[in-house]
Amino acid sequence: MLEQWLLTIVTFGPLLGVAFILTVRGTPEQVASSSRWLALVASGSVFLISLLILTYFDPNSAEFQLVQKVEWIPGSSIAYHMGVDGISVWFVLLSTLLTPICILASWEAVQNRVREYMIAFLVLETMMVGMFCALDIFLFYIFFEAVLIPMFLIIGVWGGARRVYAAFKFFLYTLAGSVLMMLAILAMYWQAGTTDIPTLMETRFLSDVQMWLWLAFFASFAVKVPMWPVHTWLPDAHVEAPTAGSVILAGVLLKMGGYGFLRFSIPMFPEASDAFAPLVYTLSVVAVIYTSLVALVQNDMKKLIAYSSVAHMGFVTIGMFTMTTQGVEGSIFQMLSHGIVSGALFLCVGVVYDRMHTREIDAYGGLAENMPRYALIFMLFMMASVGLPGTSGFVGELLILAGAFQVNTWLAAFTATGLILGAAYMLYLYRRVIFGKLEKEQLKALLDLSPREIAVFAPLVILVLWMGIYPSTFTDLMSASVDNLITNYKVALGEAGTAVAAR
Amino acid sequence: MDAATTLPIMAPASAEIFLAVAGLILLMAGVFRGENSLKPLSWAVIAAFAVAAALVVLRGGDAVAFNGLFITDGFAQFAKILILIGSSFAIVLSLGYLEREQAGRFEFPVLILFATLGMLLMVSANDLIMLYMGMELQSLALYVVASIRRDTLKSTEAGLKYFVLGALSSGMLLYGCSMIYGFTGTTNFDGLATVLNGESAPSTGLVIGLVFLVTGLAFKVSAVPFHMWTPDVYEGAPTPVTALFAVAPKVAAIALFLRVMIDPFGDQVASWQQVVVFVSLASMVVGALAAIMQTNIKRLMAYSSIGHMGFALVGIAAGTEAGATGVLIYMATYIFMNIGAFAVILGMRRDGRLVESLSDLAGLSRTHPMMALALMIFMFSMAGIPPLAGFFGKWYVFMAAIDAGLYGLAIVGVLASVVGAFYYLRIVKIMYFDEAEQPLDGAVAGDLRVILYGAAAITVLFFVILSPIYDTAAAAAASLIGA
Repeated sequence: MLEQWLLTIVTFGPLLGVAFILTVRGTPEQVASSSRWLALVASGSVFLISLLILTYFDPNSAEFQLVQKVEWIPGSSIAYHMGVDGISVWFVLLSTLLTPICILASWEAVQNRVREYMIAFLVLETMMVGMFCALDIFLFYIFFEAVLIPMFLIIGVWGGARRVYAAFKFFLYTLAGSVLMMLAILAMYWQAGTTDIPTLMETRFLSDVQMWLWLAFFASFAVKVPMWPVHTWLPDAHVEAPTAGSVILAGVLLKMGGYGFLRFSIPMFPEASDAFAPLVYTLSVVAVIYTSLVALVQNDMKKLIAYSSVAHMGFVTIGMFTMTTQGVEGSIFQMLSHGIVSGALFLCVGVVYDRMHTREIDAYGGLAENMPRYALIFMLFMMASVGLPGTSGFVGELLILAGAFQVNTWLAAFTATGLILGAAYMLYLYRRVIFGKLEKEQLKALLDLSPREIAVFAPLVILVLWMGIYPSTFTDLMSASVDNLITNYKVALGEAGTAVAAR
Repeated sequence: MDAATTLPIMAPASAEIFLAVAGLILLMAGVFRGENSLKPLSWAVIAAFAVAAALVVLRGGDAVAFNGLFITDGFAQFAKILILIGSSFAIVLSLGYLEREQAGRFEFPVLILFATLGMLLMVSANDLIMLYMGMELQSLALYVVASIRRDTLKSTEAGLKYFVLGALSSGMLLYGCSMIYGFTGTTNFDGLATVLNGESAPSTGLVIGLVFLVTGLAFKVSAVPFHMWTPDVYEGAPTPVTALFAVAPKVAAIALFLRVMIDPFGDQVASWQQVVVFVSLASMVVGALAAIMQTNIKRLMAYSSIGHMGFALVGIAAGTEAGATGVLIYMATYIFMNIGAFAVILGMRRDGRLVESLSDLAGLSRTHPMMALALMIFMFSMAGIPPLAGFFGKWYVFMAAIDAGLYGLAIVGVLASVVGAFYYLRIVKIMYFDEAEQPLDGAVAGDLRVILYGAAAITVLFFVILSPIYDTAAAAAASLIGA
């Protein structure tokens, strides 16, 4: 019984928190404080409940698990169908983990319209989790798009100086991609007669139809990932969003694109994926090198990390389209790792931003002297972002490179330059902010991390090290599903090959 | 003929007959009770609508009356219920307005009743004569309603404009009808279908007639390039009248459009499809682009409704059962979003006076959080963002377009919806991101609030009732195509 309802509870649990927050009455201070606590309790309990998914999850099965299927619109064979497999299960947990962290991170930073802020985050959590659990493509699309509403408000209401521009750009860019995907979904519905994802995975679409469908899905996911050259919304959105908004953006929203490729593009359109893989490689390599170089010259900390996100997601897209076990596992691992690391880096920026209210790198320097704990934590995440062995970033990047080598040596060589450039811009950032002499007067008065901030970082630190030192905990759960994905992909390609040969 | 044989023949039209009789009685009552009878008469009209709705529902099944002039089927039922809901809401919205603006005249609700009667006849028309009659009954009543505030320049101008252009479109429609009659020898829809059935290449005269007919209908749904009257009339007419214009006549005209295209000319899809595709495309694009420049919220709503009609026409252009289903679902979502949005506009008062500028909404989220939330819901819904109602309408019309192979129309349509999202977002931005300069007046009137929250709840929770609505709409579409 619980097994069936677990995903629904995790998905809609945050809305229960919203209901409680709406009932809060009192002075503005009381409302703000109760809203914070209620949001924290709600998202925290959702996280704890979501851990139950792991206990029910059978890592040896590639099937969708914890499945719940209820008829919704039988007339057009659309169902409320939820379930997770080894690919999506970690993304669900990533979403439920990052939400309470974001709420904790906004504890003092957000003083304005706290109630609405907390509601937006909880609604956002529902949409994110629902998107990763949806096993009906109609349901998936609803969650996928609905994410835009709370995120638009988070950027626009609580963002920085150019928040209106950033919010509109974010919304319209993503919407433009998604509506094309909607048409592709409709076309698939007419071909297959269903919107059920497991059924669609078994449906073989004609090769030329696949190409168009793939491109329509690509329009949506490439914007979300984001891939060069449609990445330009990301730096704006990241810079203007409040800290917690950036964390969710980098941590979960970008993964929606990568997840989309793995869930739809590759298994449903294998021939098109095969045909377009060089395109993906090219765009990704350009992204890795170009955005790394751009990151190198940034003066705004958030912008630098935003560009580094584009580069890291370039790794991810390369990995998954190699369609090797290492490449795909690596890309999933890299997405999880990036979700935690880039989220943590944005939180690191948030820590000093809350104190100094500037993100200019030049305004800092020598923080190691009076903020040693901060310097340590920042270093850990900086190293994880660079991909130092022992941190989560290393595992993902290594696996992706191993996958890329099997496909094309040049591809691997170009991809690997991203590691060097990544080390360059991150170390350069770290040197300018943390090392050097503590000369600026305002900086001298800065306090080191507060207990609340340590509580925010602690789970992330543990996870980054855990993923780096003992990655099997994470890869074991995904390997059955990844193997299944690759086998089906190869079979489909083989069938298509013989079909061509027979002609 | 004695009563025993006459009455069953008239039975399918019982709702319309009831409304006509009720309208006459209420008019008399109004004359005898005088000016202070506005409120009771309004409620009486709403009660009459409720009874008519009940009659529409109870008189299920396909039936033809008046020698084939009049038809009831599932399709007509669905559209009629939407029309009655829309008209009732518009009357409720007008109650407080007329009182406050001291423009109360007892004729107002009765005129809306007659207009609604005209709309019901439109959706039940099974003959070009009936089509014209219903449309004129509706239009004549609406011309008067648009200029109900005789003392203001804008309202009279709106009424006059509406009348002149409406008359022009009626002329075109009639011309088209006469051409069709001349080349087929019948005005009856079933007769036309029989004549045209299997005819591979229709005569040029028929095509010309068909184009004029489409032109007249496009005028009524305010589709581009026959949309010019819409912004002026929307802006000039008293706001509750604009709310009425935005919903009920649109439903009626779209339903009529659908029936005319599918029923008599269903076999001639090739002759009219490209015209409807063009009109639909142009409406979506112009609606999206022109709205960006607007500063008056009523004008903006006018362009928004032009865009929405473009989306509904996508379903008509498909010309299939799926298309008809999509159109019906689209109109169902459309009336709730629009009624809700107009309830917000009617609540925009400063120092007791109605204001209509977009900038008056600045900072609404702080001064009137619930009103802002509701308007935000309507705006996101109109932009077609799930899980709100508007998305489902778009989903089903584009589903039909893809099925019919109208890929270009679908692609341009969804991209136009992205452009359109810009101005809907702009309203959200003004309410949520900008600071208030001069707050609007405090509390919103009770009747407005009921409609506002009701429409918002339906818009948000539409996915709950989607399944029964889909089934009903699909059955309605099947009854239209099957007939």
